[in-house]
Amino acid sequence: MLAYILRRIVQVIPVFIGATLLIYFMVFGMPGDPIAALFGDKQPSPQLLEQLRERYLLDQPFIVQYLNYLGGILRFDFGTTFSGQSVGEVLARTFPVTLRLAVMAIIISFVLSIVIGGASALLKGTVFDHAMLVIALIFIAVPIFVLAFLAQYFLGVQLQWFKPTVGANNDWGDLWLPAIVLGFSIYAASMRLTRSSMIETLGQDWVRTAYSKGLSRGRVIPVHVLRNSLIPMVTDIATNFGILMVGATVTEGIFNVPGVGNTLFQAIIRHETPTVVSFVTVFVIVYVLVNLLVDLLYGLLDPRIRYVK
Amino acid sequence: MSSNSAHYVAPIKADVVVDAVRLGEKPSNLWLDAWRDLRVRPLFWISVALVLLVSVAALFPSLFTSFPPSGQGAADLAKSNAGPEPGHPLGFSFQGYDVWSRLVHGAGISLTVGLLATIIGTVIGVVMGALAAFYGGFLDSLLSRVGDIFFTIPYIVAAIVVMTVVPREFRSVLVLAFAIGGFSWASTARIVRAEVLRVKQSDFVMASIALGLSRFKTMVVHVLPNAMAPVIVVATIGLGQAIVAEATLSFLGVGLPNVVSWGADISQAQASIRTAPMALFWPSLALTLTVLAFVTLGELVRDAVDPKSRAQR
Repeated sequence: MLAYILRRIVQVIPVFIGATLLIYFMVFGMPGDPIAALFGDKQPSPQLLEQLRERYLLDQPFIVQYLNYLGGILRFDFGTTFSGQSVGEVLARTFPVTLRLAVMAIIISFVLSIVIGGASALLKGTVFDHAMLVIALIFIAVPIFVLAFLAQYFLGVQLQWFKPTVGANNDWGDLWLPAIVLGFSIYAASMRLTRSSMIETLGQDWVRTAYSKGLSRGRVIPVHVLRNSLIPMVTDIATNFGILMVGATVTEGIFNVPGVGNTLFQAIIRHETPTVVSFVTVFVIVYVLVNLLVDLLYGLLDPRIRYVK
Repeated sequence: MSSNSAHYVAPIKADVVVDAVRLGEKPSNLWLDAWRDLRVRPLFWISVALVLLVSVAALFPSLFTSFPPSGQGAADLAKSNAGPEPGHPLGFSFQGYDVWSRLVHGAGISLTVGLLATIIGTVIGVVMGALAAFYGGFLDSLLSRVGDIFFTIPYIVAAIVVMTVVPREFRSVLVLAFAIGGFSWASTARIVRAEVLRVKQSDFVMASIALGLSRFKTMVVHVLPNAMAPVIVVATIGLGQAIVAEATLSFLGVGLPNVVSWGADISQAQASIRTAPMALFWPSLALTLTVLAFVTLGELVRDAVDPKSRAQR
């Protein structure tokens, strides 16, 4: 297991360096002046331009700029936002909110996928199964901001079951509406994975053995089939994390949740390139770490994985 | 007659031999089987009809509406957010444009960007995956790691970064398509790599090389065509996702400036969600239905070409 952990960690390092290099290159390595682009049509004073160029080391060769940026990341210094706050401080304030939202969304999606995906697998080929697959397809197709507006309008404005926007005070209870929207954005893929994983498990020889030993359906399905079908769901969380991050950006923006995603959303809308880069870097780091964790967890759950290669 | 012909030769029962290879039946291949499977499914025809409808609207918007969607004189501010009236079936937007006309003209940018981004992503993915799998060794390790890096950055996030950096005057359809397609190829590359590795084992590949065809030509002529089925599925679904990406970027204000786009219309209509929800609803519906058509098409083709998913039905 230790060898597996070390190997996975070593594999992550080049991916991490490559991804940050790529992001940094896209912004500061391309021809054109990212600082001038910040101002759009307005003419900044030459002193301000010079100051900003110096701050982002634009007078240095690209590789020096990048190494400086990488060094900052390793010291947990992600730069400053456009309004002058340190990104680290903003993260400390906004991250707990986003984490709460993400946890709620993952739980909503997980529970729904197991119940509906499991029922679909057991009722394979019935009207229920087909209807659930079509609904899943719709959730795959509908863009998250459309889903967010529909929920905001019908559940928030019309039915008034939830507050249409969240705002500054955000307890667990206030986050229900954005969490439901975010949950449904990852639900469809999870539900279909649960279904196909269950169907595959149901066809295994040892399931037949369990039945022929005289075990009841009520014991075979939850204990033998469901538990074994859940292993692929663990990797699914890692895959979904990318969708979840983009989703959080849009959902937090629309519902005015004061989280990390909303900060990125506002920075994009205001074209504050350096802030966008800082937060995208944070996203990529979180994504790489979550994938690493899930891989390790997967190795723990399924011993066969550890011995491949 | 020579003496040799005196040997006894059993009479050939021609009909039995012919019957054994069943010449009467049409030759069976993957795509023909898939077509037989698809053509009886109503959902397939509904999706095809939707895709055709949106494509015709994108190519010839004037067939569907005579009102201009933007520009001087097209807007009537007095009718801001007004309801439907004769000639204007869906009413007016916040700025007083005809909503139906905006819908019809918005199809163009969605399809163009979606199609271009998918072509770019698929071509890069196929080339990277095929080279990695076919030549193996160091090249495989290198290309696979590069793929891992691109896989780590969600492509919408990458496209947001690119489009925030590119100044407004340089934002074009091609730049947008590259921003989306240039970062979404990693999954295609992984699939192509796995498929090429599988097909490479086939006897006909060894036969082709043994008969003297170069390795590169063998890959292009024999291996790639047999590895294409999952690529077509992924590209069809990816086309839908690229349309979503374009709409999301327009929604965030980093799409193409000065074009009619469903995403931008949704973004604009959100301000008056309480007073004029329909202006928000129509572009959302058009966008969702278009994406749904492509995703459904991809899923159905996947079912039809993949025996494993067929067994799960």
